[in-house]
Amino acid sequence: MAAEALKLQAAGSVARRQWVARASRYLFLGATLAALSILALLMFLTAKEGLGRLELDFITNYPSRFADKAGIRPALLGTIWVVGVGVVLAIPIAVGTAIWIEEFAPKNGLLAFVKLNLANLAGVPSIIYGILGLAVFVRFYNMGPVILAAGFTLALMIIPMTVIASQEAIRQVPPSQRDGALALGATRWQAVWHSVLPSAVPGIMTGIILAVSRAVGETAAIIMIGGFTFLQFSPSIFTPIQSLMDAFTILPIQIYGWTIDPREEFRQNAAAAIIVLMVGVMALNIGAALIRERFRRS
Amino acid sequence: MTRALFEKQLNEIQEGMLVMASMVQTAVTQSIDALKTRDVVLAQRIIDNDVQINQKRYEAEEKCIELISLQAPLASDLRTIISVLHITVDLERMGDHAEGIAKIALMLSDEPPLKPYIDIPRMAELAGRMLDGALDAYRTRDTEKARQIIDMDDEVDALYEQVYRELLTFMIDDPKTIQRATYLIWVAHNLERIADRVTNICESVVYLVEGRIHDLNISKY
Amino acid sequence: MRQLITRLKESELRETEERLRASAGGDALAGDLPAVDTGAIRSPDGDALFSLRDVGVWYGAKHAVSGITMEIPVRKVTALIGPSGCGKSTLLRCLNRMNDLIPGAKVEGEIKYHGANIYAKKVDPVEVRRRIGMVFQKPNPFPKSIKDNVTFGAKVNGIKGSPDSICERALRQAALWEEVKNDLNKSGLALSGGQQQRLCIARALAVQPDVILMDEPCSALDPIATLKIEDLIRELTREYTIIIVTHNMQQAARVSDYTAFLLAQEHGVNGQLVEYGPTNEIFTNPRDKRTEDYITGRFG
Repeated sequence: MAAEALKLQAAGSVARRQWVARASRYLFLGATLAALSILALLMFLTAKEGLGRLELDFITNYPSRFADKAGIRPALLGTIWVVGVGVVLAIPIAVGTAIWIEEFAPKNGLLAFVKLNLANLAGVPSIIYGILGLAVFVRFYNMGPVILAAGFTLALMIIPMTVIASQEAIRQVPPSQRDGALALGATRWQAVWHSVLPSAVPGIMTGIILAVSRAVGETAAIIMIGGFTFLQFSPSIFTPIQSLMDAFTILPIQIYGWTIDPREEFRQNAAAAIIVLMVGVMALNIGAALIRERFRRS
Repeated sequence: MTRALFEKQLNEIQEGMLVMASMVQTAVTQSIDALKTRDVVLAQRIIDNDVQINQKRYEAEEKCIELISLQAPLASDLRTIISVLHITVDLERMGDHAEGIAKIALMLSDEPPLKPYIDIPRMAELAGRMLDGALDAYRTRDTEKARQIIDMDDEVDALYEQVYRELLTFMIDDPKTIQRATYLIWVAHNLERIADRVTNICESVVYLVEGRIHDLNISKY
Repeated sequence: MRQLITRLKESELRETEERLRASAGGDALAGDLPAVDTGAIRSPDGDALFSLRDVGVWYGAKHAVSGITMEIPVRKVTALIGPSGCGKSTLLRCLNRMNDLIPGAKVEGEIKYHGANIYAKKVDPVEVRRRIGMVFQKPNPFPKSIKDNVTFGAKVNGIKGSPDSICERALRQAALWEEVKNDLNKSGLALSGGQQQRLCIARALAVQPDVILMDEPCSALDPIATLKIEDLIRELTREYTIIIVTHNMQQAARVSDYTAFLLAQEHGVNGQLVEYGPTNEIFTNPRDKRTEDYITGRFG
């Protein structure tokens, strides 16, 4: 005599909970879509405005009184140089600091003090760094408002965040890796260099890219240093020393300049420059992700 | 108490062994009774019951092997199981010897005894006492007692010698008695083997307690 | 002096402990008792690779291991067993000075390796660790290729020799060569658990130590991988000395020649050596009742 089959469809409390689960999924999906759609809208509007102006001469021309002849050459190259200097200076210092803190420093009060300061520095508004850069590099060291000064200032800005991100990455490496290397007769340094660091690279790269992305969009501080909006020359790799000590401008400043210009036609230029900036940042992020993947797989 | 189930199983196999031992004790005592009183019914019963004694041994063996494979016994647990394995084999053989005596009792039952049975019952009584003592020593894990029981085997051996010589004389004097005398020698032989098996049990007791396998029964004969 | 075991009844044992506790003085640390001596610590005859005398380890204020005196024989497998927290891993890590890496850890007593005290003043722990290999509980291959893993030790120690031959020799010794020889550039992490552990063994062997310490090497592996490693251990004893910590008693019984049993604080003593002797004796006829109770699972 067959008994009534067991009813396993959701009922009662289970049904209610399932409903809540499904509802919350849709809720979160909705939030994501909202954020993405705002972004998409912005990008769409900018593209609509600026795509028309996006031609080769836009990239290669200098700024001009005529909107259709004005280009971003000094701004683009300036950004590349300033951020380049900043990154080249910041990365070794930041990663080195992180290694010291996590691997070698004796665990005492001084270390705690240093860590506290780093955390604070990461939260300082960038304009402060701008003022600092102005006072120290531009004025005190008499560099003037040049690429080198801007690069140094950017470096100072990038370092705290990168140190913290690198610290995290190093801490993520399981102690078993370190132990394994040490048990084979490696010195502390060898264990770090050959075992811990390679494992931490993906995390460190993420930190660097985040910092660089921020730096690329940094406007206020560079304005403090003294970036211009209307330059007729740009840095050149053929004259590195001179370029470093030259006046400069960066993309965000150029965009700002064109945006506040009363002449309508420059709006289009501003939009086009924004597109260039966004594409640049996106390319950086994608490049970093690719590098991360390569390291993770090996 | 951890491993409560295992404890219970260990107790069960030991109890099973003690039950089997009492069955064997009964068989030995009754077999000599059947001989003395020429009781064919009793003798037949002993012969029939031997199957059960054998069954008990196989049960014990199976149980022990199961415990070894499933419970990974070590140290004294292992020695307990091993000693139960050994002792049940000895007990089963003792049961066979008692059955042998019962069969001879059947065969001798239709004639009056060749001579008054004195030494043979004495051997049986000794063997019975030895078995009691050995089981006591097992229960109380008393190695002193076990060693004493082993010494008693010499007495049994001496009695066997005596019985043998006496029956030999009978056979030489009167060849017509050869068949019955030979049967009686078999009975004595069975009793001597039973006592010998008891000494094995005592050695198992010593192994159980001390963890060492010795040959403790160094016979003087 | 083989004493016959007198079955120490539970109450007798406790009585003896009380007397010792009383004589040790009022402010002795609870549990800091000398072991009740039943002739239970029997070091093997023959050459000793490690000689421990009164070795103890402190983690801050906690006396994790104390009063260990024993000799570990060369080219044999010695197992350290005992309940969790009894100090067996701690003791193992003393032998290659890995405890130095734990802040607040202090080692007392003398550990002689080939007759030289490895905790003497001028001794460099890196030098010690080069000669004494270690394999950990969870396989920890580096996130590099199999070849780079094996040659890592040789690289950091500056050992001469062609990387290929070092790699092949070590992988053969670790019974892994046949399985990976066609793909040495595969990542070490792409191997199965058992293979990863054998890779770690190969990595340790590549540095040419003469002893390998193994800290529960099979506890993260499935039974078949475990048996393969046990077979490997027996193979390795032809050339190497192995000291293995395990919480699996059947494994200690299967694989080792000598077994040491340690007990921890909550059982009345501080990470002390309760019994030490040939494995077959420990597992069929232990001398100390505490060993018996632990082995037969009657603890607690």
